[in-house]
Amino acid sequence: MRLHTFKIGGVHPEENKITAEIETRNAALPKVAIFPLGQHIGAPAKPVVKRGDVVKVGTLIAEAGGFVSAPIYSSVSGTVAKIDTSIDATGYRKPVIIINVEGDEWEDGIDRSEKIESIAEHPELTPENISDTIKKSGITGMGGAGFPTFIKLCPPPTAKAECVIINGVECEPYITSDYRLMMEHAEEVIVGLQLLMKATKVERGYIGIEENKPEAIKLLTQLTADDSRIEIVELAQKYPQGGEKQLVDAVMNRQVPAPPAIPVNVGAIVQNVGTAYAVYQAVMKHKPLFERYTTVTGKQVKNPGNYLVRMGTTFAELIRACGGMPEGDNKVLAGGPMMGKSVMSLDVPVTKGTNSITILSGDDAHRKAMQPCIRCGKCVEVCPMGLEPYLLATLSANKLYERMENEGATSCMSCGSCQFTCPSHRPILDNILQGKGVVMGMIKARNVKK
Amino acid sequence: MNFILTSVIALGAIALISSVVLYLVSKKFAVNEDPRIGTVSELLPGANCGGCGFAGCSGMACALVAGADNGSIEGLRCPVGGGEVMEKIADTLGMAASSSEPLVAVVRCNGTCDNRPRIAEYDGLHTCAAVNSTSAGETECGYGCLGCGDCVGVCQFDAIHMNPETCLPEVDEEKCTSCGACVKACPRNIIELRKKGPDGHRVYVQCVNKDKGAVAKKACSVACIGCGKCEKVCQSDAITIENNLSYIDFNKCSVCTKCVDECPTGAIVKINFTIKKEAEVEA
Repeated sequence: MRLHTFKIGGVHPEENKITAEIETRNAALPKVAIFPLGQHIGAPAKPVVKRGDVVKVGTLIAEAGGFVSAPIYSSVSGTVAKIDTSIDATGYRKPVIIINVEGDEWEDGIDRSEKIESIAEHPELTPENISDTIKKSGITGMGGAGFPTFIKLCPPPTAKAECVIINGVECEPYITSDYRLMMEHAEEVIVGLQLLMKATKVERGYIGIEENKPEAIKLLTQLTADDSRIEIVELAQKYPQGGEKQLVDAVMNRQVPAPPAIPVNVGAIVQNVGTAYAVYQAVMKHKPLFERYTTVTGKQVKNPGNYLVRMGTTFAELIRACGGMPEGDNKVLAGGPMMGKSVMSLDVPVTKGTNSITILSGDDAHRKAMQPCIRCGKCVEVCPMGLEPYLLATLSANKLYERMENEGATSCMSCGSCQFTCPSHRPILDNILQGKGVVMGMIKARNVKK
Repeated sequence: MNFILTSVIALGAIALISSVVLYLVSKKFAVNEDPRIGTVSELLPGANCGGCGFAGCSGMACALVAGADNGSIEGLRCPVGGGEVMEKIADTLGMAASSSEPLVAVVRCNGTCDNRPRIAEYDGLHTCAAVNSTSAGETECGYGCLGCGDCVGVCQFDAIHMNPETCLPEVDEEKCTSCGACVKACPRNIIELRKKGPDGHRVYVQCVNKDKGAVAKKACSVACIGCGKCEKVCQSDAITIENNLSYIDFNKCSVCTKCVDECPTGAIVKINFTIKKEAEVEA
């Protein structure tokens, strides 16, 4: 049988999932935890603590700063040292809350037992209070983009949700945190999916997993055997299948139109495996979002692995736990090699969206020398959004931003397939992203005028 | 012979009718352009750089003529042509030339490799706009010069160049026409048009970092730390400190250079003073 996948474009980067079979360890508690106030899409959170306040694990330290925003909870117990600015993944200084860690005392309400709660044992849960708990627990998309989850659960009145798709694709090379989560906490992930289905009042749930994770497919298929509403969909391996729109295409064979359309316009609500797990933790265990699964990996890292990390732990501490930085030139990425953002300082903390720290060493750390465009059209062939990357890049380089908008620049999801496949190693995506930033600014200015 | 006569008459008739039509049309659709606009356009340099704030030289010419009709061309100035051209135009229009002083582009960053250590290496797309949109650059300073030369690329007068030793752009005062293209090209607003000052003497803060003192100083040894010493020592009330950054208002500055001596990090610089001193020594 031919496996499902998305229809347009796509590439096959080397997998390099070196940490796939390494069991998750608990990362050591940091000495100082740093919480950026803007770790999600939308308005930054507003601090509700001040210098000298004593906090516990799970204490609210910042509340949502607007409708599209999310609260932040402390992952450590200790004293608030200061509310200041600190370097973030881009190198710019952003507002943060810094907490000095003293011990490991948890808030009383959090259920720390191992017992797995099933949805049948909790008839008191209604769609409204599940959504509300998700909102209050500060859950945002755990796959990287960090969109507040509760907003996805209340679709616009013009759209109707028909199913929830759990994204267990993890098509990005190197990263294994979602895979480990599915292997180690499969039951919780499934309960998380059931909760999401209840919250959105749908009767259909899918978990999309690529064929390179047969163990996870087997395990989840077994565990969902008694719930006919849930289907595990085995997908052919292709990057960027983990993109929302690609996943909807692969699982449901429905195409999401160009922005501003979102998957729910064709009836799908897509959530990451990590998000489903966080939903379970929040609703069943009363545990807000303050820790996550993160892979620390790289071909030359001495001791790569998967970690359950308290947010606010710096990259430096995690890399030290893995045997330190390899010799020579290294590129440290927050995320994987395709879509990850290289960080310029290791004092950057793990946030809600940090699914991996990938260290590329030696030759991998450098870009190859750029050559002239030979008009081979490979970038057009692989673009999963059906765009013409070479054209967008040229338009951006020549500052023709209006035309860029007409050519669909806002559809670009920066998957990097074009740049990956370019035989001339041209910085196509760099150009597009720079131009897209300008185009987004133009659209925003236009909307404000209206 | 008959056919020759016929054709002469026919063509003559056509010519007569056409000339009448053309005459009527030209009268009917005549555009009454002020002849002064053409004269002024010819006096302007014709670079169409937009430095005056208008789309091109003809736009500026229209504005000048309109200004003359309203009684003043104050504030209108062609940065490329400078005082000379403006005086000629003022004569033509019978007005007093705008009294604004000549400006020059000034790079407000001194983050050389020595002053501002590189903590990372950037090897993506080599334009300032791209670097600025993706990261803070190669140093810890999120405000300073990125050194990719977007300003150099847009200068039509060959007046700004990268210094390979400092990796910072340098403005050639002689060539700079203060058209402001580099100011617009810089994604970090580092370049500013400032008054050339008496004999080219000018004093300015060569830093745009708005971080707190300790953070700014860590990123760059010549950063403005916003300590406020310059503000206290200034006699002409030209200095303001906002967001941990000092700014000298060139309209108020008397170029006494006291702030330069007072600045603990050396962020305030004086330009064209040393040359004069040398000249004095020689004399």
